[in-house]
This record gives sequence, structure tokens and C-alpha cells, in this order.
Amino acid sequence: MSFSIFLQHLANGISLGSLYALLAIGYTMVYGILRLINFAHGEIFMVGAYIAFYLMTASFLALPWWLAALIAIAATILFGILVEKFAYSPLRDQPRISVMISAIGASFLIQNLGIVIFGGRPKAFPVPDIFSQIWKIGGVSIVSITFYIPIITLILLTILLYIVNKTKTGMAMRAVSKDYEAARLMGISVDNIISFTFAIGSALACFGGIMWGFKYPQLLPVMGLIPGLKCFIAAVVGGIGDIKGAVLGGFLLGLMEILIVAFFPALTGYRDAFAFILLIVILLVKPTGLMGQNLTEKV
Amino acid sequence: MKNEKNKVLLNIGAIILLFIVLWFCNSTFDNYKLRILNLSGIYVVLALSMNLINGFTGLFSLGHAGFMAIGAYTSVLLTMDPAMKQMNFFLKPIVPFLANIQLPFPIALICGGIMAGFVAWIIGAPILRLKDDYLAIATLGFGEIVRVIFTNTQSFTNGALGLKGVERYTTIWWSWGIAAITVVFMVLLVKSSYGKAFKAIREDEIAAESMGINLFKHKVTSFVIGSFIAGIGGGLLGHLIGTIDPLMFRFLMTFNILLIVVLGGIGSITGSVVSAVAVTFLLEQMRFLDQAITIGSLELPAVPGMRMVIFAILLMSVILFYPKGLMGREEFEWDKLFSGYYIKRFKVRKKA
Repeated sequence: MSFSIFLQHLANGISLGSLYALLAIGYTMVYGILRLINFAHGEIFMVGAYIAFYLMTASFLALPWWLAALIAIAATILFGILVEKFAYSPLRDQPRISVMISAIGASFLIQNLGIVIFGGRPKAFPVPDIFSQIWKIGGVSIVSITFYIPIITLILLTILLYIVNKTKTGMAMRAVSKDYEAARLMGISVDNIISFTFAIGSALACFGGIMWGFKYPQLLPVMGLIPGLKCFIAAVVGGIGDIKGAVLGGFLLGLMEILIVAFFPALTGYRDAFAFILLIVILLVKPTGLMGQNLTEKV
Repeated sequence: MKNEKNKVLLNIGAIILLFIVLWFCNSTFDNYKLRILNLSGIYVVLALSMNLINGFTGLFSLGHAGFMAIGAYTSVLLTMDPAMKQMNFFLKPIVPFLANIQLPFPIALICGGIMAGFVAWIIGAPILRLKDDYLAIATLGFGEIVRVIFTNTQSFTNGALGLKGVERYTTIWWSWGIAAITVVFMVLLVKSSYGKAFKAIREDEIAAESMGINLFKHKVTSFVIGSFIAGIGGGLLGHLIGTIDPLMFRFLMTFNILLIVVLGGIGSITGSVVSAVAVTFLLEQMRFLDQAITIGSLELPAVPGMRMVIFAILLMSVILFYPKGLMGREEFEWDKLFSGYYIKRFKVRKKA
């Protein structure tokens, strides 16, 4: 493999990793607060991409991509909060197995509603010119979206870290994730914080969905399933509950997937299995993930 | 009805009645109805195996489709006659040691089960150290890995093309016979010291461990037995439908079984049996939802996927509004039947 081709794969790996990171943040934040795998997160990602698609292609709207993206993000935030209100919040005092089944049910319901409403056939996502230009850098030709994705991800990540670490809401979020009961006693409205967390996760998922559409312009109602599972794995690999860990895990997973296939083309068919193998290895070697802290179980 | 002897007689009577009903169905039903009846027997087996792992031991495992796939492929490859294998494997020849082997159906089924159990034993050692959500994701991942491997190992499984022309050995006697054996086995297992240990682990792992229960050993035992039964269920399914391919064993398959278990009550054998039969019939009866519907002069266009929407809503509403399912953790007992307990319970629920 020549060096320029390697660089090309590296760029692809980084941009796929950024997309994974955007989704993984949603998983890690919800898990940090509710100790719940939001199985429907992949479906929120799918719904976000479809909303943007309809806003951009519907003949009476035909909005420019940035306006469509903004409206789609707002709509997806609403959708994410609704999912939380209907599927998760009634079960707050139930055993975890019920909540998990409810999450699986919600994911399955949204997916099949997607098939009913959007149709089962793949749709071609319109890619604006700015993202489909081909840049030639030192003999390597790369589509511009490959560069935009990591940059946008970094910007979003900075904003997110600012919100979580510097604002009052962020402080409340951290408090809720440390101790749910104590936070409530201190006058924090736990329900609002949970909604806010779902809102942030959904916004990032929608962003990820639109970027995903620009990079791999094909929409399917089941498109959220495998990326969703992989991004949860990325969050676990990085250490669940930790935002930087999720980003690290996302990048690691994206790079690994692209580079292993690049170096060993015979393994192409096994691509979807890498993430799960990585998960099992990490859980055995370092169950708290790369950046996670050790928690002991209290009796 | 305090007499143990009477209960045994009643049990035997119920089994004989079941077989008379099955015999009657077998001789009067057409092929389509028989197939549904067969399917419901197989789903009884599958739901019980999942209930053992998820309901009685409290290990939330989502890898069922993977174990079924292992069982189905193993048994189908063992019963298929060599000429048929050659026709199937036209892209890439089958590995030599499997090419000429042909075993009778029961032995092949058991081999399928053993294979699934063996794989469960191997992956159980690392995976069962995990808890709750992590276990769910890891087992789900395992199911996907099995599917990906089966799609890619063409000389073993014929890859994405699948295996066609499987001899349809699964009759009503096989599916319901194995279902009956599984029910009896599960009842005995749950009542044994193993069953009590499983339940203790489900309730509180730390407490169970401090009472001297070997957590790891019991978890692996439950996981392996459940997977063994799932493998047999997969083998029955393969020999009923007559064709298998990796796409059959997607997460959707696990979801269907999970739906049955949740509807029946997580941790109830009776519940699993009843809801397996009910859900299988419903799944078939509701096929009309995917087709065009005409009500009077109003014509609704066909909406593919509507059926699964209804089922997802069903699962969601059960878990949200009636999380115990049909039976909760209770079992059917003759005493309760004769004392009118079920009627009372039904009335209470109606009021509530």
C-alpha cells in the first residue's frame, strides 16, 4: 500500500470515527444519568437524517441544506424528548430489565414506523456542492466532506464540554449523574435535566445523521441499527459516562474499522464484527473502559 | 384436591388430551394450519429456553438468534443428503468432511443442540462475567458475529445463499413432542436445587454468593442449557421451513422470542407456553395488515411493516402498563384452577 493511499484511508477513518463519536456522546450522557442503554438512539439518528432529507427535497420547501439542518435538529430534539417521556420516564422505578425491554421496544417501534412512513426502499440523500468537491492534496484525492466532518465534530465537542463543565445546567447534569437522589434533594429538577440530556444527545445524533447522509448518501429506515450498536460499544470502550472517553472510543472504532479492512481486504465481510470483538476484549481486560473510573458495588 | 395421586392422574390426562387434540389437528388441518401449529410448538421450545436464561436466572441475554443459527446449520448440514449438498454448494464446494455425512434427524437435532451448548460454554466463560446492560450488548453482539461468520464461511454454510431443499422432517409429533419434553424438563429443573440457585441469583447476586452459591458455575449451567434448547429449536425450525439462510437469524428473531417471554411473564413456564401459541397465531393472523384492506368503499393501500408496528406497540404497552405480563411469575396449578383462582384474578384485573 502506497503512502498516499494510506493517508486516504486514514482520512476516511478519522471522519467515520468523528461520526461515531457524535453518536457515542449521546449514549454515554444518557447512560451516565439514567444507567440506561438508550437503544432508540440509533433510531433518533435515522429520524434526524430523514427529516433533513424531506426538508431538502420536498418540492414545496426545497430548503438550503443549512436551514434544513437547523430545523431538522430542532425537530429531532423534540422527538428525542418525546421518546424519553413515553418510553422511559414511566418506568423510572421499575427494575432495569423492564426499562431495557422498553428501550428495545421503542427502537423496534420507531424502526418499523420508519418503514411504514418513509418506505422500505433506500432514498438518495442530496449532497450540496460544498461537501462533494474533490480536493487533491499531494496526490491524494479526498471528498471535502471527509475534512468537514472532524472539524464540525471538534467544534460541537468544544461547545458541549463548555456546557457540561462551565454552565449551571452542566453542573446540575454532573450532579444528577453522580447521585440522583442527592441532586433532587439539592433542588435540582431531575426530570428537566434528563430531558435536557436527551435533547443534547438527540441534537448530536441528528447532526451525525445529516453528516452521515452527506458522506454515505443513502437513507434506509434500518440505517440506525448497526451504527447505534457500534456507537454504544464505542462509549463502553472509552469508559461509559465520560464524554471524552466516548469521543476517544468513537475515533478508535472508526479508525480500526477502516484500517483493518484496508490492510486485510480478505476481512471485508467481517467488518461489522470488529466492534463486537473489540467490546468483548475491552470488557475482559478493562471493564470500566479506557477512561472510566472504577466503581465498587455497594450492598 | 390435596391428593398428590389425583394430580398425577390429572397431569397424565392433560398430556393424553393434548396428544388427542394434536392427532385430530394433524389429520384434519391443511398444510398452512399445520405449519402454524408446528411453529407455535417450536416457539414454545424457544421461549422456554430464553425464559430459563432471562427469566429464571436473570441474565439478560439477547444472543438467542445466534444459538438458533448454530443449531439450525449444524443439524441441517448433518441431515442433508450428499447429492443435495452438491447442488447447494455450487459457488464454492463444501468442506470434504461434511460432504458425505448423513445422520438420522433425531441425532442431527441433538448434535445441533450440543454444538450450540458447546459454543455457549466457550463464550460463557468471558461473557458471563458481565452484568445487566453489558451482558445484553455483548450477547447481542455475539448473535451478530455468528450471523456475519455464517455469511462469510462459504465452504461451511454456503454463505448468504443459504441452504435450500432441506428435508422437512419436523412433524407435529416432533415439534410438540419436544415442546412437551422441554416443559417437563423445565418444571423439574426449576424445582431442583439448581432451579432454586438460579432464582436466588436472579433476586440478588451478592446475597446468593454469600449463601454459598457458586455464581459462575450456575450462570454457565443455565446459559448452556438454555442455548442447547435454543439450538434444538433452531434445528426444528430449519427442518420445518425447508430452507435456512443467515438473514433468518437477525435480531428480529430474538425480538419475537423476547416478545413472547415478556407477554407471558418473565419467569413463568405457563406464561411462555400460552403466549408462544398466542403470539404465533397472532403473527400469522395479522398478515392482512401488510396487505391492502378494503372496508366498504374505502380502500386502504398496502403498508408493508404495519404488522411489526402493531407488535412493537403491543410489547411497549405490556411493559409500560402491565409489566408482569400474563402470568407474572405464577404457574398453572390444578388447585388454583379448581378453587376458581384464575376466574377471581381475571375479575380483579377487570375492575382495576
